[in-house]
Amino acid sequence: MADAIPTPLDAGPVQEAKRRVRSKRGPLAYTLRVVVIAYLFFLVVWPVSVVVQRAFAPVDGKPGGIGPLWERLTDPAAIYAFNLTLTVSFWAVVINTIFGVGISILLVRHRFPGRRVLSVLIDLPMSVSPVVVGLALVLTYSTSLGIFGDVLQATGLRIINSTPGLIMATAFVSLPLVIREVIPVLEEVGDDAETAAKSLGANGWQAFWRITLPTIKWAVVYGVVLSAARAIGEYGAVRIVSRGAEFNGETATLLIQNEYGAFNEAAAYAAAFVLVVLAVLALVVITVIRPQESHRS
Amino acid sequence: MSIEIEGVNKFFGDFAALTDINLTIPTGQLTALLGPSGGGKSTLLRVIAGLEEADTGRVTIEGNDATSLPVQKRNVGFVFQHYAAFKHLSVRRNIAFGLEIRKRPKAEVNAKVEELLELVHLTQWGDRKPAQLSGGQRQRMALARALAIEPSVLLLDEPFGALDAKVRKELRDWLRRLHDEVHVTTVFVTHDQEEALEVADQIVVINDGKIEQIGTPDDLYDRPASEFVLSFLGPVTRLGGDLIRPHDIEISRYEQASTAAGPITRWTRVGFEVRLEITPDDALHPEPVQVALTRTEARALDLNLGDRVWLRPAVGAQSVISG
Amino acid sequence: MSTLDTERPEPAPAQPPLRRRRPRRSTLTRASGVGLGLAVVWFSLLVLIPLAAVVIAAADGGWDTFVNTITDGDTAAAIRLTVAEAALVTIVNVVMGTVIAWVLVRDRFPGKRVLEVVIDLPFALPTIVAGLVLLSLYGPDSPVGVNVVNTRQGIFLALLFVTLPFVVRTVQPVLLELDAEVEEAAASLGASRATTFRRIILPALAPAIAAGASLAFARAISEFGSLVLIAGNQPRNTEVASLKILKYIEGDQQAAAASVAVLLLLVAVVVIVALDLISRRVAARG
Repeated sequence: MADAIPTPLDAGPVQEAKRRVRSKRGPLAYTLRVVVIAYLFFLVVWPVSVVVQRAFAPVDGKPGGIGPLWERLTDPAAIYAFNLTLTVSFWAVVINTIFGVGISILLVRHRFPGRRVLSVLIDLPMSVSPVVVGLALVLTYSTSLGIFGDVLQATGLRIINSTPGLIMATAFVSLPLVIREVIPVLEEVGDDAETAAKSLGANGWQAFWRITLPTIKWAVVYGVVLSAARAIGEYGAVRIVSRGAEFNGETATLLIQNEYGAFNEAAAYAAAFVLVVLAVLALVVITVIRPQESHRS
Repeated sequence: MSIEIEGVNKFFGDFAALTDINLTIPTGQLTALLGPSGGGKSTLLRVIAGLEEADTGRVTIEGNDATSLPVQKRNVGFVFQHYAAFKHLSVRRNIAFGLEIRKRPKAEVNAKVEELLELVHLTQWGDRKPAQLSGGQRQRMALARALAIEPSVLLLDEPFGALDAKVRKELRDWLRRLHDEVHVTTVFVTHDQEEALEVADQIVVINDGKIEQIGTPDDLYDRPASEFVLSFLGPVTRLGGDLIRPHDIEISRYEQASTAAGPITRWTRVGFEVRLEITPDDALHPEPVQVALTRTEARALDLNLGDRVWLRPAVGAQSVISG
Repeated sequence: MSTLDTERPEPAPAQPPLRRRRPRRSTLTRASGVGLGLAVVWFSLLVLIPLAAVVIAAADGGWDTFVNTITDGDTAAAIRLTVAEAALVTIVNVVMGTVIAWVLVRDRFPGKRVLEVVIDLPFALPTIVAGLVLLSLYGPDSPVGVNVVNTRQGIFLALLFVTLPFVVRTVQPVLLELDAEVEEAAASLGASRATTFRRIILPALAPAIAAGASLAFARAISEFGSLVLIAGNQPRNTEVASLKILKYIEGDQQAAAASVAVLLLLVAVVVIVALDLISRRVAARG
């Protein structure tokens, strides 16, 4: 660099690499540590572990354990509920992924009138209460009082109180998750590689498949995991747009509420246990993916 | 004597960052700690400042034992490579920080800040935020901030390392002039031998956590105590088993009493300088010998690539016999 | 001036990389134009039109109806309770979130990574499960003999649970980026650790804390799922706004539901703006 006379031993102006570990720790540091651990233990760890414990606990004198838990989970109503949750989540995630990747590329790689407005509005769904999301969809798509009610009535298409409504509600609440992950990556890597690919003769589609998609791959996976976790767990919006009755629009989260309300706590805890496991699984997957995105530091 | 360091050792885990350092830094002088990256010079500076605690040994500043004093009480000015600017404060408030901590009267603080702004040529930038300054300006602000508390010693850790070549050179000259004005005992860390040779009154060469040599720039350049010091302070080449500077070799077109002879196998011109590689045909020189001479000299000798030349050490050239 | 001022100003190292400057006009190709069209239609059908429908429904009866709805005894009480609880929870989060972030970044102890997962758990858990989780320890069959069902403490606890990650996750990266040298510089100038925290670290964290607090507050006033099983819904005691909305919807009073929803949205906007202003002031002092 700036050295006029290079010497063989000069390693350049690299800062001395070892990061100093703050060695001195006063009583304050220990106090804070204890406070934090206690806070998290009483607020999160202990309650969650009690739920897990309850899922395996004996009910009404009958023994607990894996067998009875499995029985409760293979109850037809539970199977229906998990099936519905998975179907709805699958479609919501698919829609959000295609929409999310597309809109991310449009927002980052293109300039058009209204772009800034759109990029602000995209985040809107996260700050709307799930109940309001449900209300909004009802006010738009309900055949009796929705804005599009007459049109839907005429075509015979049902959205509210049926699966499309569930998918829309779920897609709404998890809409920005893929976008939020993909946009920063696209912004950071820039479009040099894509331009290079195009200069080498690739058309837009080839540049997307061979260059853009591989670079945003992990961000997309990350966004998909987040969306899936959010979709599977959605409750508020779903509650409003669905009938939520047994075998009739009852998703896993609605099942928990219904069973708990019907004093069938064992079934509620069993379903909750599955959702806790899925949530932890999602967190583990996310933690594993994180290092892959080291360039985002 | 301003700073006395006795028997200092410092380990990071198993890594010996400093081994048995004994050093006296004279009052009012500009001392450079010079050495390769990771050699321990920054650690030594941080030990002097109190940012790092030595495992053993004593640090005395201005006659007071500072070994167990925390950094806040040592009254040292410290300048970091990456400026360590307080981003949310204006240049003025950055400089005033140490005085405000000391609860000096407002009028005194303001007067001192203005004086320092002038000293570092930042008067017109006083109300800016650090983010609005260039790197060089930020570093001058950091220097003014450190000087504001009237430190007994000023410590600079690679102060120009993050700047580009031109700014770096300007700031280096400016630091020298500033020191001639302010006369505060100053220690700065650098890995750039040119910087050290140009600015420092005294140079301490540190490598592998040990002091290699202490001396004035001339001492070190002319009388290097070791092969390491010789080679760290400038280019070296091997002629007849000795290490020698390429510009200390006499070159001749005609056969004469010489240490080596051979054809010119490479010719590079860098500005006013011409660098040659001569490949002697004897077993003593497995590698080509580097020779440096001015363009005028090269022209006078009418040297061309492929010409056979005779080499010998120039009169008065210092060299280190390699072991 | 001396030659020293000929230097080019460089961008500050902490600032995000400058966006590439491009011409203002559209750069859409035909294919991407069609894509954008489809995306905007879908986004409108899913988000924009339904949200507009809420505002329209709220405004439908006119200003008087809107005011009457939100000043109705039960509804006003629900809104007051919601805002008060959310404010309280936000304050606790500001303190605890910052402390947790501090411990996660600056402290080292075995099992710290587990805490990282624990912090995110409230985000990952479905809200109804979050309610059930808290009920299992602090509900009717509590193994520790605490029962918060149908109490305001229960609401507080549930909101604390679901808002846990916000402040932690916004403050943590800023704390991580915070240059250790800046703190050392303050120390070398004589600042004690408390002074360094108050005058150097806190101003740097303030925007992140405010951002986290805004998120936590917005989440708290709109929280629904985790409260369904806990709050108990006693009008004028433990009925929160989102559950009041639900009650209106189930009673086929969509306009009233929309009015409360719009009000909640307004409160959220006001608080977010206020927190932003406060954080700017804190960031500028020092």
